[in-house]
Amino acid sequence: MSIKGKVWKYGDDVNTDVIFPGKYTYTISDPKEMAVHALEDLDPKFAKEVKKEAIIVAGRNFGCGSSREQAATCLKYAGVGAIVAKSFSRIFFRNAINQGLPLVQCKEAVENISSGETITIDFEKGELSCKKDIFKFPPLPESVLGILKDGGLIPHIKKIIKIKEGE
Amino acid sequence: MGKTFAEKMLALKSGKESVVTGEIVTVSPDIVMSHDNTAAIAKKFKQIGINKVKHPEKIVIPLDHCVPAATEKYAVNHKEIREFVQEQKIENFYDINTGVCHQVLPEKGHIVPGTLILGADSHTTTYGAFGAFAAGIGRSEVASIWATDEIWLRVPETIKINIEGKIPPGIYPKDIILRIIGDLGADGALYKAVEFSGKVIKEMDIGGRMTLCNMAVEMGAKIGYVEPDEKTIQWLAPRTNKKYEIIKSDADAEYEKIIDYDISDLEPQIACPHTVDNVKPVSKVAGTKINQALIGTCTNGRLEDLKVANEILRGKKISNGVRLLVFPASMEVFAQAMELGILQELVKSGAVIMNPGCGPCLGAHEGALAPGEVCLSTANRNFKGRMGCKEAEVYLASPAIVAVSSLYGEITDIKGDLK
Repeated sequence: MSIKGKVWKYGDDVNTDVIFPGKYTYTISDPKEMAVHALEDLDPKFAKEVKKEAIIVAGRNFGCGSSREQAATCLKYAGVGAIVAKSFSRIFFRNAINQGLPLVQCKEAVENISSGETITIDFEKGELSCKKDIFKFPPLPESVLGILKDGGLIPHIKKIIKIKEGE
Repeated sequence: MGKTFAEKMLALKSGKESVVTGEIVTVSPDIVMSHDNTAAIAKKFKQIGINKVKHPEKIVIPLDHCVPAATEKYAVNHKEIREFVQEQKIENFYDINTGVCHQVLPEKGHIVPGTLILGADSHTTTYGAFGAFAAGIGRSEVASIWATDEIWLRVPETIKINIEGKIPPGIYPKDIILRIIGDLGADGALYKAVEFSGKVIKEMDIGGRMTLCNMAVEMGAKIGYVEPDEKTIQWLAPRTNKKYEIIKSDADAEYEKIIDYDISDLEPQIACPHTVDNVKPVSKVAGTKINQALIGTCTNGRLEDLKVANEILRGKKISNGVRLLVFPASMEVFAQAMELGILQELVKSGAVIMNPGCGPCLGAHEGALAPGEVCLSTANRNFKGRMGCKEAEVYLASPAIVAVSSLYGEITDIKGDLK
């Protein structure tokens, strides 16, 4: 599992309200429609200009605030292929994995990546290559990789239940 | 070496003799809570390919985020939830006339010490005030628990916050938790369990403990916790017939950090736009004009909060140009406040009394702001755009500061208005 994409860089404490405003939480259910509002209150340019395989690079505590899973869903459907941050908020971390959106926690890499550059991430090797350097991060555990490879928690559970039924 | 509450709970619920911090365990939760997001969760659940939830008796669903429905879309959302509840024979469903989830679940007797509860809401941490292990999760995870009765959790390290001293007049639990969040930062307790202890907590009423645990998530915490005591037992006695065991941290438990506070000289605190950890003493921002004042939400909409506000407002009129909205946290609180004459007096002071709900706190319903407006709120979040408009500002404070500020039309320290 690897990804190569253009970086959109943001700061610390990017919260779920600026990623996906609360006023849409119960009125928008189509992921493609969610994507139109991705990062609306932080960077209105983002949803209009973002291309497939984009990589968000951010500071500490990315995704803090609400438990709303749409914060991860809207980014994924907007084209984000991975998020690299100094740290992630707990619920957002779970939500992103469960939506099949891989995350990398790597402080050194964040400090050395600039907005607009193209970076490559290899999740199995735990390696991130950017213009300045190559950075190592602990590879994701097998269980998490399994969820990501299946495209998220729901398809993953579906698969497991089918396997159990077949046994 | 002894064990913390979090370690004991996750060992118990995963069927292990003991667990260590950092370990991933699979647990079967006692309660799974979801609210207006239930329809979306139900759709995910159906995608799994199962027709029946495994344990309908573990599911609790209050409707609260946009009640009564603001538009057709919200009405359809509620209708789908009611149909799902019927189809799945979910008994613990609370319709729009009950209140905000985090007030309703304890009131209706679902939360007792030692409960493992996971909720599709970040402020699920509130139930730690009763000695429960309560954490927020996402929608897919709730659907997955409905299907499998299982979820993985990481055993968190614990930060203990000791709060000593004598609460000065005009200082409330909200001021204490805002100060702590201001000091530790929005990620100061990321992934951690936070135990609140000390003399001040022992003396604090249940409502105050709920305020602290509610906002623990605003510093990144996985759970908040207050050790149950006689006050907890008495509060629960008329509300539940569940049997429970009180689980406490051992005296020699290993904490990641112990932080000591003496709050004897604490001033009223306020979280300034646009982050909850941007906390200042009220005196530093006094004079800031406000357009709206809001008393309510899962943080501060309890009877204790309405009483404090009414003490300050009784017999006085709020400032011209300020809209004071009061949302009792539940119908039980609403009815009690009505019986005590609090709501009538607040109306005479110029307040608009709303039905219990979360609406304005997340910009979903009622009390939205216009560009350039300022709201002083008792809620728990002040992120940009939080109350429906990204060009508006939200400040967070105690019900006392919100009440006194509504009298003057600007952020006001409480000093001159204490009875």
